Amino acid sequence: MTLSRRQLETLHKMLSLTKSQELTCDECQRNMAEFAETALAGDSIPENLQAIELHLASCGDCEEEFRTLLKALESDEH
Amino acid sequence: MRVNRSNDSWVQDLSSGGAAQDKALTDLRGFLMLALRKPFQDSSGVDHAFLEDATQEALVKVLSSLDKFEGRSRFTTWAISIAVRSAFTELRKRRWKDVSLTDVIENAGGASQIDVDSTLGPEQEVQQKALIDKMYEIINSGLTKKQRDALLAELSGMPLEEIGRRMGSNRNAIYKLTHDARKHLKRALEASGYTLTDVQAAFGG
Ligand SMILES: [Zn+2]
Repeated sequence: MTLSRRQLETLHKMLSLTKSQELTCDECQRNMAEFAETALAGDSIPENLQAIELHLASCGDCEEEFRTLLKALESDEH
Repeated sequence: MRVNRSNDSWVQDLSSGGAAQDKALTDLRGFLMLALRKPFQDSSGVDHAFLEDATQEALVKVLSSLDKFEGRSRFTTWAISIAVRSAFTELRKRRWKDVSLTDVIENAGGASQIDVDSTLGPEQEVQQKALIDKMYEIINSGLTKKQRDALLAELSGMPLEEIGRRMGSNRNAIYKLTHDARKHLKRALEASGYTLTDVQAAFGG
């Protein structure tokens, strides 16, 4: 087994974000709508939603869905 | 597109049965189709039929999980989040359908060994090599096979959902699995005397 330089960089990023407790994808999904509205309003992220931010930085699937949700909401606003 | 309907009336109408439910479903279907169109318009393999299927799937999920809507966002935002997830579940399935987990894991790093950074001095090169070897050692002998497979597939860009499908599991469980793998890797590196700063210096990008 070998990893490419880019994968080692990704792994480093993942390790530096790793916490002993993290939200799972299901928990992230349950809060994603509220988090998206807060982010779009430009409000600071309240403490109870900060774990979502961390999960999104660590999970490609949820991050992709969150970015898409924001795009959908932005087009909804205009 | 704005929908003039309060959260309460969405929930009430969608759970009512009869004409009010039909009307609410028609409204929500139209709303979700419009909402999905913009973000997915440039995605390959996404056409009108795809969006219709994703919307239909989402409506079924919305109806079956109305009791889980806690009112902490607009109802429509919550519904779009469900629709987006449905759309990606199908898209990922299609995009990865011909790729096996074994192929992804075996080709994880590509053919070549990690190129040691040529801008480093000889001493740093040795240090970087030692850290990378330690990392491989932990991945190979400190992680369970499941943890290693899931982590390598994730590092190769395979969606967690697709890893889950191939391991007879699901995305949520795969996230927990790779989270455990990361925690173990971090602890084992630290126990070997490496800090994340060392890792950063070696290949932090
Ligand atoms: Zn996730």
